[in-house]
Amino acid sequence: MHNLTTDVMLHVSELSKAFGALRATDAVSLEVRVAEIHAIIGPNGAGKTTLIAQLAGEVLPDSGRIEFLGRDITRLPPYTRSHLGLARSFQITSVFLDMTLLDNVALAVQAHQGHSYRFWKAARRDAALVQPAMDLLSQVGLAERAHRLASDVSHGEHRQLEIAMALATRPKLLLLDEPMAGMGTEESARMVDILQGLKGRTAMLLIEHDMDAVFALADRITVLVYGQVIASGLPDAIRADTSVRRAYLGEDMTAG
Amino acid sequence: MKRAVILNRRSWTLWMGLILLALVPVFTSLTGQSFYLDLVNRLMILAIAALSLNLILGHGGMISFGHAAYLGIGAYCVGIPAYYDVYSGWVHFPLAIGVSALFALLTGAICLRTTGVYFIMITMAFAQMMFFALVSIETYGGDDGLVIESRSAFDPWLNLEDNLTLYYVTFASLAVCLYLMHRMVQSRFGMVIEGAKGNERRMQAIGFNTYRYRLTSYIMSGAMCGFAGALLGNFTNFISPEMMDWMRSGELIFMVVLGGVGSWFGPVLGTAAFILLEEWLSGITIYWQLLFGAILILTVLFNRGGPLRGANKTRNRHA
Repeated sequence: MHNLTTDVMLHVSELSKAFGALRATDAVSLEVRVAEIHAIIGPNGAGKTTLIAQLAGEVLPDSGRIEFLGRDITRLPPYTRSHLGLARSFQITSVFLDMTLLDNVALAVQAHQGHSYRFWKAARRDAALVQPAMDLLSQVGLAERAHRLASDVSHGEHRQLEIAMALATRPKLLLLDEPMAGMGTEESARMVDILQGLKGRTAMLLIEHDMDAVFALADRITVLVYGQVIASGLPDAIRADTSVRRAYLGEDMTAG
Repeated sequence: MKRAVILNRRSWTLWMGLILLALVPVFTSLTGQSFYLDLVNRLMILAIAALSLNLILGHGGMISFGHAAYLGIGAYCVGIPAYYDVYSGWVHFPLAIGVSALFALLTGAICLRTTGVYFIMITMAFAQMMFFALVSIETYGGDDGLVIESRSAFDPWLNLEDNLTLYYVTFASLAVCLYLMHRMVQSRFGMVIEGAKGNERRMQAIGFNTYRYRLTSYIMSGAMCGFAGALLGNFTNFISPEMMDWMRSGELIFMVVLGGVGSWFGPVLGTAAFILLEEWLSGITIYWQLLFGAILILTVLFNRGGPLRGANKTRNRHA
């Protein structure tokens, strides 16, 4: 038991957030352990994105507590969480459209190389930024696209860029908000490969609608319905859980 | 390949512009038309102000509608010491920069908590507060302003009393400010400012405290504009609250927009276009402001990136 608790990276307890009468997050408790991929599934409107926003610090919860690496981060701003090792990707692509892919990633690298009150040296010719950024682009398969403007590349490539930017902050835990959203089968498969390759390097909290991807990647799964956790456990247990079947998965389960 | 061509074209324009500016006094002394020396001098002073505004407006996406306040502050930092018979430029200019930076820090700390139209309104409100504060101080002329008896003297080297000296000091200041801006925009700091304009939420998610960087750029912009204000006070030999009127702030925005928001020496070209148009049109008809307005509207509609938009777009692409 004691051993288990020291393995926990992210400990969320009794987290609640209401928007008016809507209880978007209703006493949610969950844990993410070192090096695991923890998936959160649930129907539309289950409060998954609101939950991620609270974990990332963009939305403050009404009550409850978020502990990351033993530290209470419930009220910390997003940029401080980033420096503690918490990174996120966005469901709706959120990159710097008028910069190149390389600039996008270099900026994320720069954020974690001390302060940026450096006014003289050209950032785009700074090997300390360009080299790591280039490496990260290679890792997500975007090396040849490095000098294209972010507004000029495809949706799938935006998603890959999102991952590269998150990785640039050298995260201990990655919050992935529907990384496969809007992707074709082929692109989805490539993203699964990319995430599979990151397994072990960083823990991940994955929100995803694509059940094939979830069951291919997840070590554990938490099911969220109307802001409440209705089940949490190993993939096989979730697959067999009758309340989950009734609430959400239905016939799709056999697909996994 | 393409990049080299554009850089060449850009630097060619820049060098030609600087050489032209440097030669203006030769032209005016040969033809005896000192009027043009004054015109270009004023143009360059306002170009420094527009350049400073472009840092926050063009690169940082912060639309300050109160930037003329810094011109006024800078000018009063020459005028008020001069009122007490302190004519040293070593006092005036550091004071102008310091007070402007302080004003930017205090007001920026509040303004930058807002965005969009609220930011525009609150920057304008602070500038108007400064305006009315100076209107109410009778000692320094109130509404009527104050004549500066003698310009800044940088003993033992320079004295701005001489128009030609003032011209070349302004010219050198503009060149230095252009170079500073060029370095800064491409530095790590410049990347952060640019990023915060494009996507502040993402900037915070990757670990930047955007508020602090924005505030820093706001202070730097204010300080540079205050410096331009000190030059302006010297140039006009006169200070009045009218210098920081909100219409002056609007004019500065137009200069930046005319030249192409966020481009490097666009503000200089924009200021030149603004001043020369104003001069030319007002010579043609007393209804020149009507024509002027129409030209401004057409510029914004059909030339949104300004005359340099090609060079400006490409800047982000090179690595």
